[in-house]
Amino acid sequence: MNSDKILKRVLFFSSLVIVLIAAAMVFSLFEGSLPSISKFGWRFLISDQWDPTQGSENYGALLFIVGTILTSVLALVIAIPLAFCTSLFVAEYFRGTKLASIVGTLVDLLAGIPSIIYGLWGFYILCPLVVEAGLSPQGFGVFTSALILAIMIVPYATSLSNTTIAMVPNDLKEAAYALGATRLEVIRTVILPNARSGMTASYILAFGRAIGETLAVTMLIGNENAIPHGLFSTGNTMASVIANQFGEASGLQLSALIELALLLFVITTIINAIGKYIIKKIG
Amino acid sequence: MDNIINIGKTAGLLSSIGYRKAKNNIFKILVMVFSFLTISMVFLIIGTLLVKGYKQINLAFFTQVAPDTFTAMMATANGEIIPGGIANGILGSIYLVLIASVIAIPMGIVIGVYLSENSKKKYACVIRDIADIMQGVPSIVIGIIAYIWVVVPLTKGYSVLAGGVALAIMMLPLIVRSTEESLKMVPDTLKEAAIALGTPYYKVIWRVLIPTSFSGLISGILLAVSRVLGETAPLMLTTLGNPDVNWNIAKPGSAVPLLIWQFYNDPNMVNLIWSSTIFLMGFVLILNLISKWIGAKRK
Repeated sequence: MNSDKILKRVLFFSSLVIVLIAAAMVFSLFEGSLPSISKFGWRFLISDQWDPTQGSENYGALLFIVGTILTSVLALVIAIPLAFCTSLFVAEYFRGTKLASIVGTLVDLLAGIPSIIYGLWGFYILCPLVVEAGLSPQGFGVFTSALILAIMIVPYATSLSNTTIAMVPNDLKEAAYALGATRLEVIRTVILPNARSGMTASYILAFGRAIGETLAVTMLIGNENAIPHGLFSTGNTMASVIANQFGEASGLQLSALIELALLLFVITTIINAIGKYIIKKIG
Repeated sequence: MDNIINIGKTAGLLSSIGYRKAKNNIFKILVMVFSFLTISMVFLIIGTLLVKGYKQINLAFFTQVAPDTFTAMMATANGEIIPGGIANGILGSIYLVLIASVIAIPMGIVIGVYLSENSKKKYACVIRDIADIMQGVPSIVIGIIAYIWVVVPLTKGYSVLAGGVALAIMMLPLIVRSTEESLKMVPDTLKEAAIALGTPYYKVIWRVLIPTSFSGLISGILLAVSRVLGETAPLMLTTLGNPDVNWNIAKPGSAVPLLIWQFYNDPNMVNLIWSSTIFLMGFVLILNLISKWIGAKRK
């Protein structure tokens, strides 16, 4: 066998490694959740009980699912106007200028800031502001977490939007301008229809990020095991309950936490797959 | 009568142009304001860290380990800065990233080469999708995976190795994708020229593909390192933290983000948070910028 063939085999078999890792990840999460799955079954998804007391152990994920969805949906709602305007700024209003590239770099830097730093900043700067505004007694809660999450996901929501907005053919825009359209009208009638699917995909991917964010949320949501009853109420998310309880957990509780991780894995994978599918379709 | 109607129409058109222009301007202002809000967050966050933390940065901060709670409490009570620093975290972070790099970089580059060489094959598309999906897996889930794979069966307890494995799993897809992207930019003519000269395939890869895309590979690696350097959640489930410097791969170790988490939870150590954060943030952002700079230079 010549060296070319050997090399091709080596490359092929190393690429198998990543398939094996991914498969092993799913398998391990599933195996670790088995005790919890066999004990609670589907009830795990709809029960809001989370009781680690020995003897009456009972675990359900509902309150964490609600907390996760609430914080990440709210984060997306806050992030979309920011991301939408920033990508128009970079890819349309100041396209190709030095200013646009500076703004682009600064937004990318937001993606580089570690989660724990966002958490600290939220804890020491944002929480006191929320308290001062009289919105909640300690400043923790769904709203504060969502605000920080929104800042964290803006870079993910802009990066692909920038590309798709910049890809809108110039001829189309110029034709609209020639007909006397204002810039806003060009954005509404030419840019948006052309860039819509790419922007949607980037918002979906950003949403996937928000769902899995752990530490910043853990530091800001208040970690109360109850379904949040309002924007300024405390709560818990799937990721933050894992971060909080994993260290002391064993037995059935550990298994329930691993099942939460499996759930988180499945949800983020589905969301990312949808995002990637849209991107693939636009080529 | 007709004239009046015409004047009215013209006036209506004029006002409608005015109205459209006004809307256009309002939207432009909105775009400016929201963009400004977004980028001001960078300055707000970095500014807060600098203002709150610069006092605590001194030589000891880099050479000593953090004091115990009591010493820290006494120092704070006397209005002094807290003695000691985060040497254990700095060394631990370097150690962790080294372990992760040794596992993830060679494997990632090889898989990236495979993808770029077989980019159209169905199987390669599957690999690419898997890499993309792995990138989206929350870091805490990866922490649990490393706990199940290393902490439980291998080291029988929290360990540096487990943290390294967690970070490696996070780095792998990043390196695979960045390698593929930078290899794609190598002109086919270069490869063809080498093949035409009768160069064996492995030499084409080793002598042509890798060197021409070297800066891209480095930029991808730096970006991956800067990503995992700030990760905290997966380390909480794997390396746990250690008050001393630890080089034993099977024992718990420390890392800068873990120390920040520990300071955050200990009211006496709070003053150490900001200097540690400046350090972490500075390091991550500098790596990030270098990576961007190398990446931009190639274009």
